[in-house]
Amino acid sequence: MQMSPIIISLKTASASIALTFLSGLYVARWIVRMKSDKAKMILDGILTLPLVLPPTVAGFLLLIVFGVNRPVGKFLLQFLGTKIVFSWSATVIAAAVISFPLMYRSARGAFEQVDQELIMAARTLGMSERRIFWKIIMPLALPGVAGGGILAFARGLGEFGATAMIAGNIENKTRTLPLAIYSEVAAGNMQAASYYVIIVMLISFVVVVLTNYFSIRERKYFK
Amino acid sequence: MSLAVDIKKKLKGFSLDVSFRTEGEYLGILGASGSGKSLTLKCIAGIETPDEGCIVLNGKVLYDSEKKINLKPQERNIGYLFQNYALFPHMTVEENIGMGLRLPEKEKKQKVNEMIVSFHLQGLEKKYPNKISGGQQQRVALARCIVYKPDILMLDEPFSALDSHLREQLQDGVLELLKLYEGEVLMVTHSRGEVYSFCSRLVVLDNGRSILHGDTKDIFRQPKLYGAARLTGCKNISKCEVLSPKNVYAADWDVILETEQKVPQQVKYVGIRAHDLQITDAGQAKEKNVMECRINRIVEDVFEYNVFFENRKSNSENDNGEILYKADKQEWDNIRDKDNLYLRFPESAILLLE
Repeated sequence: MQMSPIIISLKTASASIALTFLSGLYVARWIVRMKSDKAKMILDGILTLPLVLPPTVAGFLLLIVFGVNRPVGKFLLQFLGTKIVFSWSATVIAAAVISFPLMYRSARGAFEQVDQELIMAARTLGMSERRIFWKIIMPLALPGVAGGGILAFARGLGEFGATAMIAGNIENKTRTLPLAIYSEVAAGNMQAASYYVIIVMLISFVVVVLTNYFSIRERKYFK
Repeated sequence: MSLAVDIKKKLKGFSLDVSFRTEGEYLGILGASGSGKSLTLKCIAGIETPDEGCIVLNGKVLYDSEKKINLKPQERNIGYLFQNYALFPHMTVEENIGMGLRLPEKEKKQKVNEMIVSFHLQGLEKKYPNKISGGQQQRVALARCIVYKPDILMLDEPFSALDSHLREQLQDGVLELLKLYEGEVLMVTHSRGEVYSFCSRLVVLDNGRSILHGDTKDIFRQPKLYGAARLTGCKNISKCEVLSPKNVYAADWDVILETEQKVPQQVKYVGIRAHDLQITDAGQAKEKNVMECRINRIVEDVFEYNVFFENRKSNSENDNGEILYKADKQEWDNIRDKDNLYLRFPESAILLLE
């Protein structure tokens, strides 16, 4: 068993959660405050799409965007000198895109469940919208937001299909745990694969327990 | 101090059309559930936006559709006591009270402490709202909106979230606490008792419209309108025809009534409160405004009987013909066995309604 898939996976999942957590929160708040229900519905559909699409389809679409002969990929290569496809950053992009809907939807649900009357009361008390968000909405939505973050992290850690499409399966570079398991099994090394499997299961278990811990701890004042 | 409201708002299947003004008194808004009371308060607070009209508080324009003025709730300086208090569940009592204050930490703490003492909340400073009783929650919510000295204090059904025995206990206390606040008070309720004891002026809302506006006692004495009479607790109302300037025919009860006041032409209903009816005997049967009646049914209440009468002579099959009389239990025991019962409609107690 090599350490590199473990390290690559943890690095990828961490970088991806940093991206999804912040953007998920931001987009969720933006959608919640949006006035038009129709626009909300359509945008929500687009933002949720990566969750329901087969990851290979998402990966295919990412290839189309970031491929070196495509506008975005070309631009990045020519002006910033970075090639996204088959690099470590591609694993991050794949994981982030696939796990984003989990974060966004959890955060949105959590924001929407905050009692509207509390927000109205806060407004009559003269609290600014920013202060209301940080002092009222965020603390009350925190269990849902934290839960969403943990789920998104776990999903990022387990990402396989899109990663294989856009980042490939390059040892020591883009080979994450799920890809390593696949490669070992394909090569007939069941023993090596089982170590990776145990590690993934351990991490996932800890993550789920953490979710429960958050939801219990944050609801203390309701008991 | 003054508040002038004149707003219209259309919603699906409901339209609000409210106008009233008040100057420095306790104003009550009385209306049934769904009559637009809370919506009116929300429009004044800026949480909801009316379609047209204007709202002026102490000379400050809060909303004016023509001049395109619509201040944010944050800029209106209004105290709003929500029906369920809307206390922040994740904040302690003192944090809740301090939320509306934008002061340096030290001054804030001092002000919050003052409120905690005057609202008898000592010892609860560090507790969360769900750990304290309904009455205490109400005091916290009230303290929270009085502490920043709003220009007007609006109370939305302040007692509806409490048990009935607790409600009676708390009403006096709240009246005392409200004295700590020097400013306009606007209270919305469906309870005529609350309005009568709290508010000197009254607006009656019926299905989104402000139908009557005036001195509370005057409105209870002379509700003038069918809807207002119902809301102020008049149980006996009959359709009527005006026969002469002082005579009306109450169609549902099949009786001609003489009135003390001159009857305006537009009168369509007569009413009489259950407490104002009198029971008399056969000796006075021929006198005016006396009706021979039979008992339809009796419903026993805690301290009195609700007796439903019907005109004995009337043979019309009329569902609205019942007349409610509230009888003291002792009084009723003395008269219940009499064969012929007569009801007198005192001339001065007859309500003429449009």
